[in-house]
Amino acid sequence: MATAFKTVEPLEYYRRFLKENCRPDGRELGEFRATTVNIGSITTADGSALVKLGNTTVICGVKAELAAPAVDSANKGYIVPNVELPSLCSTRFRSGPPGEEAQAASQFIADVIENSQIIAKEDLCIANGKLAWVLYCDIICLDYDGNILDASAFALLAALKNVQLPSVTINEETGLSEVNLKQKNPLVIRKHPVATSFAIFDDTLLVVDPTAEEEDLATGTVTIVTDEEDRLCSVHKPGGSPLTGAKLQDCITRAITRHKEVKKLIDKVIKSIKPN
Amino acid sequence: MEAGGAAMATAGCCLRPFSCEQGLLSRPDGSAAFVQGDTSVLAGLYGPAEVRGSKESPERATLEVLLRPKVGLPGVGERSREQLLRQTCEAVVLGALHPRTAITLVLQVLSDAGSLLSCCLNAACMGLLDAGLPLSSLFCGVTCALDAQGAIVLDPTTRQEQEARAVLTFAIDSTERKVLMATTRGSCSVEEMQQCLAAAQRAADTIFQFYRDSARRRYSKS
Repeated sequence: MATAFKTVEPLEYYRRFLKENCRPDGRELGEFRATTVNIGSITTADGSALVKLGNTTVICGVKAELAAPAVDSANKGYIVPNVELPSLCSTRFRSGPPGEEAQAASQFIADVIENSQIIAKEDLCIANGKLAWVLYCDIICLDYDGNILDASAFALLAALKNVQLPSVTINEETGLSEVNLKQKNPLVIRKHPVATSFAIFDDTLLVVDPTAEEEDLATGTVTIVTDEEDRLCSVHKPGGSPLTGAKLQDCITRAITRHKEVKKLIDKVIKSIKPN
Repeated sequence: MEAGGAAMATAGCCLRPFSCEQGLLSRPDGSAAFVQGDTSVLAGLYGPAEVRGSKESPERATLEVLLRPKVGLPGVGERSREQLLRQTCEAVVLGALHPRTAITLVLQVLSDAGSLLSCCLNAACMGLLDAGLPLSSLFCGVTCALDAQGAIVLDPTTRQEQEARAVLTFAIDSTERKVLMATTRGSCSVEEMQQCLAAAQRAADTIFQFYRDSARRRYSKS
C-alpha cells in the first residue's frame, strides 16, 4: 500500500514524512547518515581513503609523481583532482566521457582545494624551477546514494592526511633526482575543510545529507564548506529555490557543528594507524 | 541601445556602467548582449522547441545551457558554470507550462574583464525576457570582491579579482531579493559573507530598475 503510493506520488509520500519532522529512513531533518572512513586501503597508492556516508561510497587515491613546475610559479607544485562517477555506481550514469555532474563535482573539489589552502603548493616544491611534486587525486564513486560532494571532500581530506611522500634529493654532479623510498614524510595539511550539503524542499524546508531519492525530489541544494577556524571556504548554491540570508545562516551554523564531528572522526582514525 | 545607471550612493560600492541590447540576433527566439564595464556576454535563446530522445520530460521543459569561452574549447570550468546557470534558470522559468519541450540558452563570452559569471546571469535574464518565456521572477547577478583590508568591492575588474582575498557571486531574485545562486572563491568569515550578501541585494535594486526601464522603453515605442 505504502509502496504503491510512493511510486505514484513520490513527492506527496515524502511530504507526509516531512510534516512529522522526519524522513523515510527514520532520520531527523538535521541528522546525518552513519559516516565511516577507512584509511590506507590501497597499498599501491601513496595515500588513500574510503568514505561511506550511509550507502554513498567514495574512494580517493592519491598518486604522487615528479614534474617540472610551471614557468610563472617556479616554486609551486600541482594538485590535480578528478571525480569520476562511473556507470557502476548508479543507473543514471552511462559509460563514456564524464557527464556534467562529474565535471561539476571535479570543479567543486578543485575549488575547495584552492579556496581552503588545504596544502600550500609551495610545500610540494623540491627544487625551485626544476622539480616539484604533482599529486593526482582520483575520487571514484562506488555507490551513488546522494550527497556526493560531502563524501568526495571528506575522502580527499582523509587521503591527503594519509599520504607519505618519499624524500627526494637532487644529485649535484649528475643533476638527476634520487628518490629514497625508505624515508617517507607525511604531507603538511594546513586546513581541514569539511563540506555539508542540504536539500531544499518546497522553497522552505532544509534537509541535511540528502539521499539520491531526496535529491531528485528536492527543489534545490546548498553545500557549505567550512574549515576549523569557522571560516567559509565555499558557499555552493547552484541555482534552485531562492533562500533568504537568514536561512543561509542556519545552514552555515549547522555546517560548523558538522565540521567538529568530522574532525573528531578523522583525528580518531589517523591516531589509530599511527603505531606503524 | 539602452544605457544603464552607474554610481551607487556609497563610495567604493559602485557598479561599473552597464548597458544591454536586446533582439540583436535574427535566428534565435530571444537574444541579448549585456555589457558591464569591459565585460560583455552575448546570449541567444531557442525555445520552447522540440527535444531529442531521452532528455524529454513529460512534466516540464528541459533547459540546456551552453557557455562558450572567448578562446579555446569549453573545459571543466565552463561545465561547472553551465550547471550553475542552468539550475538558476530552471528555478525561475515556469517549465510546467511547456512540457516535452527544450529551451536552449547559448552564451558567448565576447570579452572578459572581471565579474564574468554575473554578466552571464544578467545576459541570460535579458535573453529570457526577450524570448518572452514565462518566468516566476527575474534575477540578476552581482559579484563582490573582498580585498586584503576586508573592504567590499562590487563588480570587480580582473585585477581586483586577482588581488582579492575572496570573490563571491550571487544571483538575486526580483520578488523578495532572496539568494537564487551563490558561489565563492577564496575563504572569508561568516560575517563578511553576510555583509557581501547585503551589499549585493542593495546593488540588485539598481539592476532591476534598469530591467524595468529598458522594458518600459522598449514596449512604449509600439
